[in-house]
Amino acid sequence: MTSPAPAIAAMPYVSMDQVGKTYSSSRGPVAALADINLDIQPREFVSVVGPSGCGKSTLLKLVAGLENVSSGHVVVGGKPLDGPPDRLGVVFQRDVLLDWRTILDNVLLSIEFTRKPRADERERALALLNRFGLGGFEHRYPWELSGGMRQRASICRALLADPELLLMDEPFGALDAMTRDDLNVELAQIWQDTRKTLLFITHSIPEAVFLSDRVVMMSKAPGMIVDTIAIDLPRPRRLAVRDSAEFAGYVHRIRHHFAELGIVKE
Amino acid sequence: MMRFARRWLGGDNETRDVIVVLAAALLAWEVGVRLFQPSPLILPAPSAVFAAFLETPGLFMRNLGFTLGMTCIGFVLAVVLGIGLAIGIVYSRFLERTVYTLLVALNSIPKVALAPLFVIWMGTGPEPKVAIALMLAIFPIVIDMVLGLRSVDPDMLHLARVSKASSWAVLTKIRFPCALPSLFAGMKVAISFALVGAIVGEFVAGSRGIGFQILVAQGQFDTVRVFVSLLLLGLVGTILFFLVDYAERLCLPWHVSQRARHERSTERG
Repeated sequence: MTSPAPAIAAMPYVSMDQVGKTYSSSRGPVAALADINLDIQPREFVSVVGPSGCGKSTLLKLVAGLENVSSGHVVVGGKPLDGPPDRLGVVFQRDVLLDWRTILDNVLLSIEFTRKPRADERERALALLNRFGLGGFEHRYPWELSGGMRQRASICRALLADPELLLMDEPFGALDAMTRDDLNVELAQIWQDTRKTLLFITHSIPEAVFLSDRVVMMSKAPGMIVDTIAIDLPRPRRLAVRDSAEFAGYVHRIRHHFAELGIVKE
Repeated sequence: MMRFARRWLGGDNETRDVIVVLAAALLAWEVGVRLFQPSPLILPAPSAVFAAFLETPGLFMRNLGFTLGMTCIGFVLAVVLGIGLAIGIVYSRFLERTVYTLLVALNSIPKVALAPLFVIWMGTGPEPKVAIALMLAIFPIVIDMVLGLRSVDPDMLHLARVSKASSWAVLTKIRFPCALPSLFAGMKVAISFALVGAIVGEFVAGSRGIGFQILVAQGQFDTVRVFVSLLLLGLVGTILFFLVDYAERLCLPWHVSQRARHERSTERG
């Protein structure tokens, strides 16, 4: 790995400056997000935690270029956003795999939208599936797979085009606790190996602490950033790190802060 | 032989169930007529109906062929035009406001009442029959297809946008396959409507077809021949419906409604 030049290191990959988002509703305008200032450095893993309805999914859609900001600016990869940025991968809470395509064809879909996949891209897709424990399942259909396997396939789909920035919107929210642990470890590993810039949305504080370099805390109505906490736990992280005092300390600190704000009960 | 009979009688067999039910109905009809002896003008026995068919099988089959032709041409045109219209309606706000609104309004008037108008416009040849079949069949196809094209997971569309998919790619790779189950639901309704349309066309003005045969037989108070025509129509309507059903199974092995069937058949081994 080459160390990045200082000039590049100083420039965040994602930069949100004074961003606000207001929706119009039948009862007048509703502020979903207000005064969001957030920089994500290249190869940084940033999680956003907050209660339901705090606008964390909206924040992700703004960075993805799927919705327009009402005020402020979003810059991704040095370019002001106008629609989805280049070299972006997104994973949603629901895996949105197409039932009529095999797992392999679903993974190739992100390329197939614009052109026919090359042979080496098929190889890459198979390698990714193998890496996520889906080897041998490439010709199965999504409905033949468990929820955890389906979500693994949708992560492969997002990674196939080798994106610079990966956005994940509560990707493990619908999974059972054990599958969720497995996927947390696998994601930590793949991030360690590929070092994508990663914005991860979750409502689980332990999940955010386990995965992230920084955890962004949000409050609701309108969604605002209340604190940002750097997580200084050694990497690579194994599940055992969750038994450590430092880990418990971070989780406690975040939960306590939310409690002080009246967002969660302590 | 015994083993075959036992296998056929035991277990789950769709074809056998259908045959048994139809045979039972015919038998009940035959027994009922022999017991109560209604006037043959009111209700002839199925054996008499069958005998009447065998008197002039060629005549019935020729007319049935004509009606079937009108039905199929009207149906195929309805599918092609209906899919085109539905795509237009989903992709264009203007078409949605104009064509879709107009279609829904037209759908609420009894279309059979428009049949005489088609005869005035197109004469007494095959054209008005095809047109009426088309008109009846196209509504369920357009309405179901529009619904199907719209019932795509919004996150799937987000994914397409992030991957810079063209509108054409979104239509062919996501929306259209997603709409196929709805399209087939519409087609199952439409195939029966197309047959109704062809018959109505022959009622209003015709010199051929099963609808015309019914009119002629009615004029002669020949109830038996009316029944021959009705049974033939029932048979053909059922076969057409199951052909669409079969096409659906071939096209949509992945769909939820087909999976249960697939699992059942694999369990049976």
